Amino acid sequence: MIWLHSIPLICILLTLLTAAVSLPGRGRWGEGLCLLTAGAVTVLSAALLVDLWRTGESFTFAMGHFPAPWGNELRAGVFEALMAAAFSAVALCSLLAGRERIRQDIAPARLGVYYAQCSLLLCSLLALIYTNDMFTAYVFIEINTLTACAIVVAKDTPETVLATIRYLFMSLLGSGLFLIGVILLYAITGHLLMPNILAAMSQLAASGEYALPTGMIILLLSLGLAVKSALFPFHTWLPSAHGSATTASSAILSGIVLKGYVVLLLKIFYRVFGLEFVHRLRTPDLLFVLGLAGMLMGSVLAIRERDIKRMLAYSSVAQIGYIFMGIGLSTLTGTVAACFHILTHAVTKPLLFCAADGLMEASGRQRDIFAMKGAGRRNLLAGVAFAVGALSMVGIPLFSGFVSKLYFALGSLGDPDKMLPALLMLVLSAVLNAMYYLPVLVTIYMGDPVDGALRLERAKNKGGYILAVGALIGLNFVLGIRYPAVIAAIERGLATL
Amino acid sequence: MNRLNDGERGIFRRFQAGYGAIGLLVSGALAAVLLLTVSYLPGFGQADRPTENEVSQRYIAKGLEETGATNVVAAVILDYRAFDTLGESAVLFAALAAVILLLREEPAALARRMAERKPFEPDQGPILRITARVLIPWLLLFGAYLVLNGHLSPGGGFSGGAVTGAAMILHNLAFGPEQTRRFLSERIFFRLLVGALCFYGLAKGYVFFTGGNHLPGSIPLGQAGSIFSGGLIGPLNIAVGIVTACAVYGIFALFDRGGW
Repeated sequence: MIWLHSIPLICILLTLLTAAVSLPGRGRWGEGLCLLTAGAVTVLSAALLVDLWRTGESFTFAMGHFPAPWGNELRAGVFEALMAAAFSAVALCSLLAGRERIRQDIAPARLGVYYAQCSLLLCSLLALIYTNDMFTAYVFIEINTLTACAIVVAKDTPETVLATIRYLFMSLLGSGLFLIGVILLYAITGHLLMPNILAAMSQLAASGEYALPTGMIILLLSLGLAVKSALFPFHTWLPSAHGSATTASSAILSGIVLKGYVVLLLKIFYRVFGLEFVHRLRTPDLLFVLGLAGMLMGSVLAIRERDIKRMLAYSSVAQIGYIFMGIGLSTLTGTVAACFHILTHAVTKPLLFCAADGLMEASGRQRDIFAMKGAGRRNLLAGVAFAVGALSMVGIPLFSGFVSKLYFALGSLGDPDKMLPALLMLVLSAVLNAMYYLPVLVTIYMGDPVDGALRLERAKNKGGYILAVGALIGLNFVLGIRYPAVIAAIERGLATL
Repeated sequence: MNRLNDGERGIFRRFQAGYGAIGLLVSGALAAVLLLTVSYLPGFGQADRPTENEVSQRYIAKGLEETGATNVVAAVILDYRAFDTLGESAVLFAALAAVILLLREEPAALARRMAERKPFEPDQGPILRITARVLIPWLLLFGAYLVLNGHLSPGGGFSGGAVTGAAMILHNLAFGPEQTRRFLSERIFFRLLVGALCFYGLAKGYVFFTGGNHLPGSIPLGQAGSIFSGGLIGPLNIAVGIVTACAVYGIFALFDRGGW
């Protein structure tokens, strides 16, 4: 019992200490340590998930000898454990699949530091998931911002430096809005721990006191996190950052870093303001509209793109739009769908980035889609992986993307005002997704390479790449076929949140 | 810009001007809304402010008894809310690591760069060197005082570490990197930094573990007001001070030459 409840603390400390000790070392040491830690964190989080699922309980964990309103606290339930397990598994797979590319892209003297940043990034994501305290959330958002920018700039080309400067400015704007929100929240409630704020908030909601600051706070917190998770129209930093970074960074950033903030936003809605109050303040309506716009614009911008990594990055903008659209629906099923889509996108987009890396490798390191003719035949695993990811994103049955779209549609049925726009946009967005994913599939399987020398080449994948991509494909099918269990876990997690 | 013809250049200029104007408008509107919000907040010093609650009251009334620190601020940041401060130390660490990632040179390249730069280095001259020689001991002493007395008087790891880091930067500027490297080589630098962060993580991890699981695990608080008091606060202040000093000096050294 003691050890099980200490898992969140152990995971956070383990990743932090790994970051510290892998900083001065040379590459290989940091690499092995970082992968080992990510694996250990995955196993521990999965153990916690299984136990909490079985008992159905949730718990708070005081960080020190002082109880709730005086000291820091962590909190874990099925929701947190599920997200932590999924995020650490995706981080592990991304690093494993991108390992060879990291060795090529990053100077040997900086390799240890790169892995230190990755461990620290995982640490901050875990803390964002488990935290029960608004100021702790802000501190770990800072770490997340710095480390996320660092793993983009690690490649050190003019393109990544420019992309990182953009990313840093937008991300800091988001952190700033969030910090102002937390300060105002403290000024009107006098607390920083989520349950205590919730108690004070329900009093304020009943008395109608501080109505303007309250509305402003929820707007600042939501928009601050929306900027950092690239909700349209705050997505402008994303394509260059995710498109130019090394493969593992792109996979981690699109797969889990964007979602960490969404998980935090959900916790804030449920545990700081209370869902009823949030809907009364009409913030979800704003998120719904921006989400719809993101679904449309992300796909339209992706269609224009000929650079495969930038295309995938714009696709992330559309998928984040889906997630916020689901949160914006005033039904439980909508939120469940959003949570399921967090998982779907977390296993699919890293898969696509890793597959794109393999396809690029088989086409002379070109990022242009038209240079990849026949690449799927030259690197079979990457071709299959891209096909699985693309079909999942389009929403073909048996793949995970289908289930999320199904639940988004179901969720919209319960909300008469938003049903029509949501359903229309789901259909339109599926068509648009198909319009940019299917031509790539056709290109990589049909057609002969422009460069005749490439024709006979067969790519040899490294063991780590095969293992990680295989695991991501497997997770995709697990989510697509065994979805009732996952949906039940999300429902139970949200019910106890 | 150079590839554009005159007409296009005009459009580009007008776009830039319009973009700036819209940006200004949006920022102005945001500032106005935020100021409006602030005017609705409880007033400064108002007796029934929401922040005037059991949390701050307990910090003030029982802080000394529960943490053994006469400096309430130190009690809050390093005992009641020590996890946040662990995060803040990790922020400094992350910032330093990001600078290392971007600017660190391979040892051979660093040596080459230093050799190339040598003829162009300005002579620091006697004024700077003598001033530094007088100032640095006092700066180090003051930094150490701020860190070691953090639990007794205003100060603590962050401010003391910044002063110590500044002293090392001054030493570096006045006497050159070779002299500073004699007592702060790359190896020592990393050992201090990693050791301090690991000490904080492990020592406080033990407290978090025992506290979270309701186990006895308290550390003797000592007699309040004496230098050996406040339980872990003193050692943690030293750890935070080392991390801060390393971050301040390390970022300077990396921006200056890309290494130690």
